[in-house]
Amino acid sequence: METQVKVDLTSFRLETRKWLEENCPKSMQEPVTDANQLYWGGSNGKFSSKDQEIWFNKMLDKKWIVPYWESKYGGGGLNPKQNNILNQEMSRLGCRKPHINFGISMLGPALLKFASEEQKIYYLNQICKGEIRWVQGYSEPNAGSDLANLQTKAEDKGDHFLVTGSKVWTSYGDKGDFIFCLVRTSTESKHTGISFLLIDMNSEGVSTRPIKLISGKSPFAETFFDSVKVPKKNLVGTLNDGWTIAKYLLTHERQMIGGIGDTDKKKTLSEVAIDSIGVTDKLLSNSSIRSKIANLEMNEKIFELTIQRALDEHKAGNNSGAVSSFFKYYGTELAMQKEELRLEVNGFNSTEWTSEESNNGREARYFNRSKGHSIEGGTHEVQLNIIAKRVLGLPSK
Amino acid sequence: MALVINEEQNMLKSSAKELLDLKSPISHMRELRDDNYNQFDIDLWKEMVEMGWTALTIPEEYNGLNFGYVGLGQVLEEMGRKLTVSPMISTVLVSTTLISFSKNEVLKRKLFDEIMNGKKLCSLAHEESSHHNPNVNLSIISKNDEKFILNGKKRFVIDGSISDYLIVSANNESSGKLELIILDSKSKGITFNNKVHMDSKNYSDISFNNVEFSNNDFLSSNDDGQKLLSKTLDISCVGLAAEMLGNIQQAFEMTMQYLKEREQFGVKIGSFQSLQHRSAIMFGEIELCKSIVLKALQAIDSDDQNLPELASLAKSKLGLTSKLVTNEAVQMHGGIGMTDDSDIGFFLKRTRVTQRTFGDSNYHLDRVAKINNY
Ligand SMILES: Cc1cc2nc3c(=O)[nH]c(=O)nc-3n(C[C@H](O)[C@H](O)[C@H](O)COP(=O)(O)OP(=O)(O)OC[C@H]3O[C@@H](n4cnc5c(N)ncnc54)[C@H](O)[C@@H]3O)c2cc1C
Repeated sequence: METQVKVDLTSFRLETRKWLEENCPKSMQEPVTDANQLYWGGSNGKFSSKDQEIWFNKMLDKKWIVPYWESKYGGGGLNPKQNNILNQEMSRLGCRKPHINFGISMLGPALLKFASEEQKIYYLNQICKGEIRWVQGYSEPNAGSDLANLQTKAEDKGDHFLVTGSKVWTSYGDKGDFIFCLVRTSTESKHTGISFLLIDMNSEGVSTRPIKLISGKSPFAETFFDSVKVPKKNLVGTLNDGWTIAKYLLTHERQMIGGIGDTDKKKTLSEVAIDSIGVTDKLLSNSSIRSKIANLEMNEKIFELTIQRALDEHKAGNNSGAVSSFFKYYGTELAMQKEELRLEVNGFNSTEWTSEESNNGREARYFNRSKGHSIEGGTHEVQLNIIAKRVLGLPSK
Repeated sequence: MALVINEEQNMLKSSAKELLDLKSPISHMRELRDDNYNQFDIDLWKEMVEMGWTALTIPEEYNGLNFGYVGLGQVLEEMGRKLTVSPMISTVLVSTTLISFSKNEVLKRKLFDEIMNGKKLCSLAHEESSHHNPNVNLSIISKNDEKFILNGKKRFVIDGSISDYLIVSANNESSGKLELIILDSKSKGITFNNKVHMDSKNYSDISFNNVEFSNNDFLSSNDDGQKLLSKTLDISCVGLAAEMLGNIQQAFEMTMQYLKEREQFGVKIGSFQSLQHRSAIMFGEIELCKSIVLKALQAIDSDDQNLPELASLAKSKLGLTSKLVTNEAVQMHGGIGMTDDSDIGFFLKRTRVTQRTFGDSNYHLDRVAKINNY
C-alpha cells in the first residue's frame, strides 16, 4: 500500500512538472512586480497580457484554478499530498497563481463549512471558473474593531430581504460582482442578530464610492445599500447565526494576510543593501543597518520554521498553540518592519513618488500600503487581545 | 523531517520532568546556593546517570544510547524549567560532544566509559577574554624532548571547580595550528581562580604554567583542532538554547499564573490590556524560539550542513527572547519580583549568564550576517 501510494505520488509529480513546463508561458514564471499582473477575474476582469490569458485558460481546463476542491464543486479534486506537490512544482518553476479572488481564499472555506449543498454547487463552481469577483462587506463606519456593532439591516419581506445601510473599506468594492455581507437581522442581541448574506452588486440600490489611500492608490470603496432586494436563498447558514461564519472566515483572512511576504523575491534585503550601501572588508558598510537586517532575517527565517512546525504539529494531531491571530500579527509585523527597513536601505531613492526611475514610486507606495497590514483583517491590538484571552486565558476583570 | 518530536523523544521528556519534579524542584537550586554555592549534588548526578542521560549522545559502539541531540535537548529544556544545578552542560553537552569527534580511539573509549558511568566530570577551557571569541587563542603548546608543555590562561570555564578533566584549546608552537588536549585538572602547574557568577554557578579562570603532558593526551589530530572546536561550539550553542527555552517557558508560565491571581484596583492585574498585549507578544516570541531550537537540534542529528547558521540563529534568538521574557517576568511581578524570596529572579540571573556563554546575540547575529555574505 505505502509503496504504491509513493509510486503514484512520484508519477504525479513528474506528470505535473512536465505539464507545467509545457503549458506555463515563460512570462508567467517571472516574479510578480505589480498588482495588475494578477488576474482577479469577474465580469469586468481584464487580462493584462496575452500570456496571462493563456495561462488562466490552461489552468481552467485542467480544473486547477482551485485544485484542492472536490470536482463536483469545480475543483481539481487533488488530495492534500497531491496539492502540496502541485504547489511545490509551481514554486519550483516560479509559476504565478493563475487567478486571485477573495472567493477562493475567504468565502470558499466558509461556504464549504456552512452553506447548503445547493449553494455550494452553485457558487463554488462559479468561483472555480473565475466568473465572479467577490468582495468583503464586513466593516462599517461604526463597526471596525467592534465589528459586531454593525447596523446595515436586512428586513424579512417574505420572499426576500430588504437591505439598507452602508459598508466601508470594501477592498476593490467598485470592481466586485458579488459581496459577502454581514447584516443585522435582529436587534435583540448584539452577536446573535447577525446574518451572512450574499448580495449581487448589480442589484438596484447598490452603489459604491472609491476611497483614496495614503499610497495614492484607490483599491477601496464605500458601499451603499439603499433598499436593496436580496433573494432569501442568498442567506448562508442559519438566520441570526452569521457571527459564527464571520469569525470562521476571519481566521482564513488572517492566515492569508499573515502570509503577505516579500513582493520582490529576486533579491534579499541584504543583497539590495550591498548594492545601495556597498561593502568594506566584506561587511556591509553601515554596521547599524547591517545588524538591523540580520535581526530581521533571523526573525523571518524562524517565522517560516514556525509556520512549518504548526503544519507538522497539526499533521501529527497535536495542537501547536499558535493560532491564526498570532500568525496574522507576526507575519504582518515582519512584513511592515521590512518595508520600513527597505526605506533605510535605499535612502533618497526610496521616497521618490512619481519619477520614471522609481517606477512611479513603487517602493514608496508599497511602504505606505504596508501600514494597512496591521489594520486590515483585525488590527494588531485586536489580535493581541485574542491571544491574551483565548490562548493565555487572561481574565477580563 | 517534520518539525515535531517523536514518541520516544516525548517519553524521554516526560521521564526527565518526572525525575526533576521530584529530585530537583527550583527550591533545590536555592538550597544548593544557600549551602555556600554548592555546585554538585552527587545523589542527583547518580540518578541522572542511572536514567542514562550521560550516555544519550554516545554511539552504541562505545556502549552509549545513541539517542541523539533532539533527545538531549528535551532533557536540557526540562532542566531549564527547574534551573537544575548539574554538570550536564559541561560534561555531557560540551565535553562528550567534543570527545565524540576525536580520532584518538584509546582516549575516547576510556573517557566515554568514565563519563557515562558518572565517574568523571569534564569541562572545556577555551575562552580567553571577556567576550566569546574562538578565533583568538594565545595559549601555547611547546615541545621539550618527548614532553609537551602548555602555557596560557583560560577564562569562564563552566564547572571548572568540580571537573576531573579539562579539555584545553591551545596553539601548537611548531605548526601554528589549534590543538585540543585533555588534562587531569590536578596536574602540576594548573591554578584555579573560581568565581561565582550571577546565576550562583561557579566559573573558573584557570592559568596553565608549564603544565606537562604527553602525546597520548591529544584529542585533535592532523590539524583538525579548529574544526572540532567549532563543531562542538555550534552544538553547545544549540544545547544551551534548549536549556534557555526551558527557562523562559517556566518564567512565562509563572508570570501568567501571577497575572491571574494578583488583584489591584479591585480586578485581576491580568485584565489590564497593557499587560495582556505584552504577554501576547511574549507568547509569540516563545513560539518562535521553540521552532528554531527544535530545527537546530534536528540539524545536529541529521548532520545538516546548515548547522552553523541554525546554531547562531538559535543562540541569538534565545538570547534576545530570554532578555525580553525575564525582564517582563520581574516587572509584572512588581515589588515581589525584586525579592530574593521569589523564584522569578533566578530566571533573570541564569539567563544573563547563558546569554553570554558561547557568544551573545551580538556575536551570533554578526556571524549570521557573515555566513550570508554581508
Ligand atoms: C488595507 C485595508 C483593507 C481592508 N479591507 C476590508 C474589506 O475588504 N472589507 C471590510 O469589511 N473591511 C476592510 N477593512 C477594514 C478593517 O477590517 C478595519 O479597518 C479594521 O477592522 C479596524 O477598524 P477601524 O478602521 O474602524 O478602526 P477602529 O476599530 O476605530 O480602531 C482604531 C484604533 O483603536 C484600536 N482599538 C479598537 N478597539 C480596541 C480594543 N478593544 N483594544 C485595543 N485597541 C483597540 C485599534 O487597534 C486601532 O488602533 C480594510 C482595512 C484596510 C486598512
